[in-house]
Formats: sequence, structure tokens, C-alpha cells
Amino acid sequence: MEKCTEIRWHARGGQGAVTAAKFLAEVALASGKDIQAFPEYGPERMGAPIKAFTRISSAPISIYCGVKNPDIVVVLDETLLDVVKVAKGLSDDGVILVNTDDDPTDVRKRLGIKKGKVYAINATSIAIDTLGRPIPNTPMIGALIKITGMAPLEDVTSHFAKTFGKKFNQKILEGNIEAIRRAYERVRGE
Amino acid sequence: MSKKRIVATTGNGAVAEAMRQINPDILSIYPITPQTAIVEGFSKFAANGLVDTECVTVESEHSSMSNCIGASAAGARVMTATSSQGLALMHEMLYIASGMRLPIAMFNVNRALSAPINIHCDHSDSMGARDTSWIQLYSEDAQEAYDNTIQAIRIAENRKVLLPVMVNMDGFIISHGIQKAEFIEDEKVKNFVGEREPFMPLLDIDNPVTYGPFDGLGGFFMEHKKNQADAMERAKSVILEVADEFAKISGRKYGFFEEYMLDDAEVAIVTLNSSAGTTRHVVDELRAKGVPVGLLKLRVFRPFPAEELVNALKHLKAVAVLDRALSFGSVGPLFSEVKATLFDLEVRPKVINFIYGLGGREYTLQDAKRAFDVLMDVAKTGKVKKTFDYLGLKEVEVLT
Repeated sequence: MEKCTEIRWHARGGQGAVTAAKFLAEVALASGKDIQAFPEYGPERMGAPIKAFTRISSAPISIYCGVKNPDIVVVLDETLLDVVKVAKGLSDDGVILVNTDDDPTDVRKRLGIKKGKVYAINATSIAIDTLGRPIPNTPMIGALIKITGMAPLEDVTSHFAKTFGKKFNQKILEGNIEAIRRAYERVRGE
Repeated sequence: MSKKRIVATTGNGAVAEAMRQINPDILSIYPITPQTAIVEGFSKFAANGLVDTECVTVESEHSSMSNCIGASAAGARVMTATSSQGLALMHEMLYIASGMRLPIAMFNVNRALSAPINIHCDHSDSMGARDTSWIQLYSEDAQEAYDNTIQAIRIAENRKVLLPVMVNMDGFIISHGIQKAEFIEDEKVKNFVGEREPFMPLLDIDNPVTYGPFDGLGGFFMEHKKNQADAMERAKSVILEVADEFAKISGRKYGFFEEYMLDDAEVAIVTLNSSAGTTRHVVDELRAKGVPVGLLKLRVFRPFPAEELVNALKHLKAVAVLDRALSFGSVGPLFSEVKATLFDLEVRPKVINFIYGLGGREYTLQDAKRAFDVLMDVAKTGKVKKTFDYLGLKEVEVLT
């Protein structure tokens, strides 16, 4: 069987994790992959911890349960590190990306894990600089595609412009694309 | 002319898109989670002038089905969508729709029934409507939900059938999950569904007819019911004919059920909707290790394809039927029918029942593996330890 890439997103309600999970799936779909993106359904409250999932595969995906052993974990809110076991089930060569100003080595200590690779990006500050609002989802996508090589940066930014061109005004659209670029450049690994 | 499109869509989005392409005369609208996004999506199409449909907002699902019944009897092509408590509230009208032989197409997004209050997936709603004389189609994913919705129109309106059709998909898991799906060209769908040619419509004032009058002791009530049962039986060949025609415009082939790795299997799971996908994944994993397992995914539950099921399952040593609903005081509804169907065989598989996923409880890969483990044990020993069991049940202390 072909390997399916499984991503688990941890965030708080309102940070745009579901939108990010969906957007990433759409980018992969455009390159001919099969995809899934879905949240863990529950009471959707602003600020409450939520999980979302993305699956990307060259072969058809026929699995309809949540991701238990993710290849990639994305944490949009670092305060979750103290309340949710974000690294649970992470595969041995998995990747974990956290929105934080800390160094990846410090993040690893906070996570208390030995396996995988840890990356850090201050997505919130990038979002504030480029969009004026602390919505970390778009910069996290920039960081994610850099560390995974999932898709070329230009494909992602052009897909973003195509998807949100009608929804956002030019300033917001450019701000988001700039946020993706900055995070792509600034993400740090151990 | 529009093009064939491969999109990332929710199940609800796919159904709304199918409805836009069908462009029915009437859409009855009453919101209920997790179905709401279907009628919401369609309402946007209507507001943007993309359809000619008259969207009728009503005050309850009972009224919604009543509106469908009136409009369909008048001769219109009618659709609606509901879920759970909504389907339950329609219940008495479901019999009236089918008893009047009205070809209404309804989408039901499967959801549990209260109490306790629960908005998540199980099949208690549609299984509760099992005996209402509605044709029932089930859909594994967004693609099948879209495809079944288009086919439902043709099945319902066929002169040999004239029965309402209910298409089902799993609430949230499919209705809200984003997946890949392929949408057919608008023109092709339009030509496929054609125009409704109503049989004895109320609005044909030159040929007045009566719908749903009293039919008591001296009348033909029992003959009407036999006719309904015969129409259900005839629906079987119509469902296959429509599927063949649909394959020509879509390239996707449908039948009463999908057989997966069944030919040389010793044991198999029988299930419907999204759990079939997760089961298929586990079939692949176990097959890679040489374990002879298979899957039968039921698409058509009413009419029940008994004869065909027997042929597909008779060579197996053991079968597990998965039910996402429970007939309290008995067993799962799908199990009891599959088991009864196999009874006439002289040598028949052992059949066991697993109840799973009630109220949205996740059906995991481990659940499917456990079911196959039990099946392989039954196949090896020839003995069934437990005919009826649950998957994914939490261990709790119960006050009695």
C-alpha cells in the first residue's frame, strides 16, 4: 500500500486550523493527490482546544476515522503544550511544528519527547505584522510546506490567491501571502 | 457547456451541487444539523439565480414532507433533505408519500436520535424508516452521495416504480468532512434526469383524479399495499438499469452492493456507509499478511437484494454484520435480515452481529481488526462464542 501522509492540527477554536487543514488538502488535490480534511467534531467554542486532520495520498484514501499516528503534528497555539498531549502517537520519524518564539530545542524539552523532528515558528507575530491580527493559520502553512517539501512555495501562494481572491480584499490577500512567505523563510529546526 | 470538475468538497456540498444540477421544481427546506448545509448551499444557488427551483421554507419537517407530498401529487419534481429528529417528525408523512406513490427524492444525513441529546452519526433515523416503503440508498463518501442523489430521481420517477427514494450518508464523518469528488458536466446531468413525466398529476384538470381517499373494509387497501410491495420488487431491476446508464455519463459503476476481495475470502464484514471505507483499509492490511478477509458494502437496503446477497456470501465460513443502529429487545436491523436471508442455504456461513458507532462513536481501524479477529476464530473453530456484541464500547459501571 502507498503511504498516506497524515497530519494532525492542534489549535483553539477561532485560530483557523480547520481552514488551514482544508487549504492544504486543496493544494495537494490540485497536484493530483487524494485528500481528506476534517475536524474532530464536538462543541465548537471560541478558544476551546480543537483537533483537525488532513490526509494526503497518491492512492485513494478510504479511511474515515481520526488520525491516531500522525506523520506531522501542527500546533497553532503554544499554550496547548501544557494541556494537550500534542505529540501523542507521533510516528518515530515524525515532524512537529509549533507556533512559538522558543527555540526548537526548548520546545522539545517542553514536549518531553525524544523522537521525531521539532520545528518552531512565531506565526502569531508574523500574523500581527502582516495582517494586524493574531490569526496564525496562514503562516503555519508557509512553515509546514518548507519543512515537508509538500508543495513549492509559488504553487501555494498562487493557490491561496485563487482560493481567497474573491473573499479577501487586496490588502488582506497580500498580507496573507506575505505571511506564508515570511514563515517559509523563518521556520527553524533543531 | 460546463466541464467535469474534480473538487475538494464536503458531503453536504456534493449533495447541494447534485441538487443544483438536477434543478428540481420544488425544494422543501427545514434546517437540522448535520443536514443544514445542504439546503443552505442550495438556497445560495437559488438566490444567485442558478436554479429555477421554488424553495419553500416551512415550520417543521412534518410540514416539509407535507409540502413535498402536495407538490409531487400536483406533478412537480420535488426534493428535500433532513436528518435524525427531522426524519422522525416526518414519519407518518413518509407512509403517505409512498402510499400515494409519489416519486419524492430526499437526502437524509444519518444522525442519532435523542435521548440523550446527540447530533452525531448513527443509522437509527433511516433504520427507523425501514418499513415506510421508501427506497433506501446508502453512500460511503461524498462522491457516492452525489452520484446516488442524481440516480435517485430516475429511480423514483420510473413508471415501474413510482416510490419515494431516501439517499443516506454519514452525518459529520461524510457530511462535514472534506474529500475529493468528481462532478459531472451540468448538461450531462440535465439530460440524464430529463423532465418529470408525472403519472396522473392533480394539475391535469382534464383528467381529474383523487389522491389518498378513504379505502376501508369494502375497498382495496390490501391490494394497494401489495402493489406497493410489487413496485419495490420492480425497483430492483430499475436501480440496476439506472446504474448502467449512470456509468455511461460518470464512468462509475454501481449495483446493489460492492464486493471487495470477496471471491477468495473465508470471512467477511457486511456494512454500509462510511464504515465500509475504514473496513476496506483493514482488508488491505490483513490481505497483505495473507489473511483471507473480504468486505461487502451494501448500497441498496430497500428493496433488500436478498437473492444477490446470498450468492455473494454463501461461500464464506463466517460473516459479521455491522449495525450502526439497534432494534432494542432484538438485534441490529441489517444483521437480522442478512441472517434470515442466509437461512435457506443448506450449508451456510456463521453470522454474527456487531453494534458500532452509536451516537458518532468512532469506528476505528482497531474495531475492524477486532471484528476480523473474531471472524477468523469462528472460521477456524466453527464455533460462535457470541452472536451479538459491541465494538468500541467503553467499560463503565452500570446502575440497574
